[in-house]
Amino acid sequence: MSNYALLNICYLIGSLGFIIGLKMLAKAETARKGNLVAAVGMAIAIFGTIFLYEFNGENGETKHLGNLIWIFGGMVIGTVLGTISAKKVQMTAMPQMVSIFNGMGGICAGLIGMIEFTHLAHHSGTASLMTGHSLTILVGLIIGSISFAGSVIAFLKLNGNLGDYSFKGQSYFNMLFMAAVMGMAYYVMSISGAQAITMMYVLFIIACIYGVSFVMPIGGADMPVVISLLNSFTGVAAAFGGFLYHNQVMLTGGILVGAAGTLLTILMCNAMNRSLLNVIIGSFGGGNAATAITGENGGTIKEIGVSDSAINMSYAQKVIIVPGYGLAVAQAQHICHELEKQLTEKGVEVKYAIHPVAGRMPGHMNVLLAEADVSYDKLLEMDAANDEFATTDVVLILGANDVVNPAAKTNPASPIFGMPILEVEKAKTVIVNKRSMNKGYAGIDNDLFYSNKTRMLFGDAKKVLQELVNEVKAN
Amino acid sequence: MEYIQSLLTDAAHLRMIYIIVLSIFVGIEVIEKVPTILHTPLMSGANAIHGVVIIGSIIVMGQAASDDILIMILGFLAVVFGTLNVVGGFVVTDRMLEMFKKKK
Repeated sequence: MSNYALLNICYLIGSLGFIIGLKMLAKAETARKGNLVAAVGMAIAIFGTIFLYEFNGENGETKHLGNLIWIFGGMVIGTVLGTISAKKVQMTAMPQMVSIFNGMGGICAGLIGMIEFTHLAHHSGTASLMTGHSLTILVGLIIGSISFAGSVIAFLKLNGNLGDYSFKGQSYFNMLFMAAVMGMAYYVMSISGAQAITMMYVLFIIACIYGVSFVMPIGGADMPVVISLLNSFTGVAAAFGGFLYHNQVMLTGGILVGAAGTLLTILMCNAMNRSLLNVIIGSFGGGNAATAITGENGGTIKEIGVSDSAINMSYAQKVIIVPGYGLAVAQAQHICHELEKQLTEKGVEVKYAIHPVAGRMPGHMNVLLAEADVSYDKLLEMDAANDEFATTDVVLILGANDVVNPAAKTNPASPIFGMPILEVEKAKTVIVNKRSMNKGYAGIDNDLFYSNKTRMLFGDAKKVLQELVNEVKAN
Repeated sequence: MEYIQSLLTDAAHLRMIYIIVLSIFVGIEVIEKVPTILHTPLMSGANAIHGVVIIGSIIVMGQAASDDILIMILGFLAVVFGTLNVVGGFVVTDRMLEMFKKKK
């Protein structure tokens, strides 16, 4: 059989691996195997390419790929770096890790575009670059670069290195910038030779700046949506590469992720009851949002100490814990499980209520609690939890804010109005653990904290939980 | 116009357009009923899959003239970044899913 036929078999297996893997990833029982299936498909496609790919040399002869030392060298470096960083990362830092890996794929697509365009401009001399071929290259380059720059910003934001930054009319500015990117692409195609190559690098830079200004104003709470969106961008960029090389496995892999990523983005937006456009343009935390809400709660907050909280929970029938980002940053998932065990020993029924967008990624809390060995059946999804709050004695909120803000139901002026929330105020007592009275990511006040049922328990989640565990043990 | 014409008449292009359209449906279909708890691992797994772009970088690198320093550097970086995307993506996803495994 010819190498070309064998290569195509590899690509067919690779594509099947992606589809079956993705399908298995969407089911809890098969997810881990699904990941493996996709990885094996990928390996077959990659090594098939290295050993079986053939191209026509300058004299028309059939050649195998060269520079194998460099290719393997690069792969070894990438494998070592990738494995180490993926193994070392804290579970809480998972979202930014996914974001940066996504950016790596984006820049890979961008670099491929640069190289291909350089070749093309060299070979076509003074001939026009106004062709479908160069358009395919440039679009892949642009999308990959936007995804790269955006992912890096998302990484820095989630990592806490970078705050939100926006100015008035930024969305118009961004639209202008998008137009500039397209205009520049047109200009690059309209010139030729070395000049076109230089301008192609300028285009790369402009696309990167666009990626930065696209993600910059979007609030931390919306980062999961952005990462998912950029993820599908990179998928599309990969697909353009597939179109360029007539490579089926790149095409199927890229488009699969592009489509699945877009759907996932929309599902996430639905969970927050917002439209994608609203996330991108109407960035949370804009100055006007904050002022609209304050003022109506002149109430005072009531604090509670650790020992009182412990007594409250020890003698309750049912306690529901609502974990939020505060739990994640404090790395408090293990000690939280410890508290749950102590309370259960005392005959208290303990459950967790998981809001779909709690934390920094949908399912973020599930991953964290799973890491701490909390069993699935203790985790309630939002609707189930809302049915149970009425019969709950104590709700313990650990660093969650916006997902329990009643303004989402009662205040039409609130930027989160309409978002489904955990209706914790139905319970008898609500204990809120927060580090301070700072606002949540949406940057809005929370009436819940001023409610008669609510007691505030200030402090770092991990420290407070440790003290609670000690107190409950002593009781 | 000429380009669009070629897209619709050239057999290879037309095949790719069919692949694109069908893949979109497959992509939507396979994850339509995903439970919320799997959103993060699924996103991460999909993230690893688009690392297939590395194949493009391998093809580019394998055809580059080894005396063309700039292209060699760019191609090499592309291979490194692509591998990071693939390997890091799959390993991170595996780590997440490892935690979901059935307890006892």
